[in-house]
Amino acid sequence: MSNPRTLQAGEVAPGDELPVLDVPVTATSIVAGAIASRDYQDVHHDRDLAVARGSKDVFMNILTTNGYVGRYVTDWAGPEAVVRSIDIRLGAPNYPGDSMRMSGQVAEVESGVVTVSVRGANSLGDHVSGTVVLELPGEAA
Amino acid sequence: MTPEELRQRLDPIVGREGAPQHAPDPVNEPMIRHWCEAVGDLNPAYLDDDFAAASLHGGRVAPPAMLQAWGMPGLRPRGEIRSGPMGEVLALLDAAGYTSVVATNCRQEYARYLRPGDRLNVTAQVRSVSDEKKTALGVGRFVDQLMIYRDIGGEEVARMEFRILKFRPPARATAEAGTGRPRPRPARSRDNAFFWEGVDERRLLIQRCDGCGRLRHPPGPMCPDCHGFDWEAQEASGRGRVYSFVVAHHPPIPPFDYPNLIALVELEEGTRIVSNLIGVSPDDVAIDMPVEVVFTQVDPDLVLPLFRPIPGR
Repeated sequence: MSNPRTLQAGEVAPGDELPVLDVPVTATSIVAGAIASRDYQDVHHDRDLAVARGSKDVFMNILTTNGYVGRYVTDWAGPEAVVRSIDIRLGAPNYPGDSMRMSGQVAEVESGVVTVSVRGANSLGDHVSGTVVLELPGEAA
Repeated sequence: MTPEELRQRLDPIVGREGAPQHAPDPVNEPMIRHWCEAVGDLNPAYLDDDFAAASLHGGRVAPPAMLQAWGMPGLRPRGEIRSGPMGEVLALLDAAGYTSVVATNCRQEYARYLRPGDRLNVTAQVRSVSDEKKTALGVGRFVDQLMIYRDIGGEEVARMEFRILKFRPPARATAEAGTGRPRPRPARSRDNAFFWEGVDERRLLIQRCDGCGRLRHPPGPMCPDCHGFDWEAQEASGRGRVYSFVVAHHPPIPPFDYPNLIALVELEEGTRIVSNLIGVSPDDVAIDMPVEVVFTQVDPDLVLPLFRPIPGR
């Protein structure tokens, strides 16, 4: 759920945990993300070709993962948090039938600029880990 | 190609900035909405006019994480995608056997939020290609790319560092898909070497007689019409129609899957080629069905030009 209120800089401190978000991974969500990101690589929508290329099934593209990471952080921070950068590293693929549990923690707060570390883990391990830097309104505490 | 030869061919491409590519569409609300729907993002700064107008943005903005989507080529013919320095590097790595690809890292920095109406262009350069590394997916090389996104006024709005791994799928991957026995290797000869080298680079090449212009396949030394020996290779579009087909049921011969769908495809250039059809069941194949080539990694070291129905036809 989106938070209609935006966190103020003074309300956030290093060590704060973000609420966990469980993202179901299905063929539909993988294909929806691939097409919404204009990514027609066959491994993201065509199971036969994905298998022929050595994958066990279609898998989520990195653009969609980026989208989930961005959404996860602004769901928590609120709609007027200004995202400055997203830096992610991919690990275990997101295959249909799995679920990705997203978790995060505030790593650093520096004059209204907040660095959040984010992780999305599925049954195979960490699908994504990374950091998001965002600016929050208000005076720093 | 030896690692030294590959490095020699990569060196002049690395660091060269490609020509700016215009994003196919301006930043727009429908694509933003589709994106938000796909990733379940309900942020009203992206979706709600009233909220966005009263917010610090002063109007609707695009999700920053959507950056890369604006520059994606979409469903264009293959040839256009494989242009520029990145396309050249990918073709070289494909030819060297690193045929699979996976994205591993992405760092995006946003100078400002994008708004509906923004028209972007993207310049890309390959910053480095690693030596061969052993990874969990197979041996491969990491390719680091830098993409700079600018608006119509030339202002940089965002930049992205993108790392992919081009790798050789391990033998087990194809063993699982079939019986574990490799496909028979094509017999490469002086006559047909051009054809298989084309396939290695994901190009379908056919012979054209220099004398009378007739196309012919399979490759041979002499034109059956004018008996000329001189010829050139012409790249086919890869599209065609099922001219005829047969379904082999028995006896099953490893490593082929049964029923085995074998088709004679008439290419749109006019000549015919025998191959397998994939992505369609024998019951659904019809004479004249439009098909397109799909270069398929059937074994770790073997790519074959197979055909599949053209989606949506």
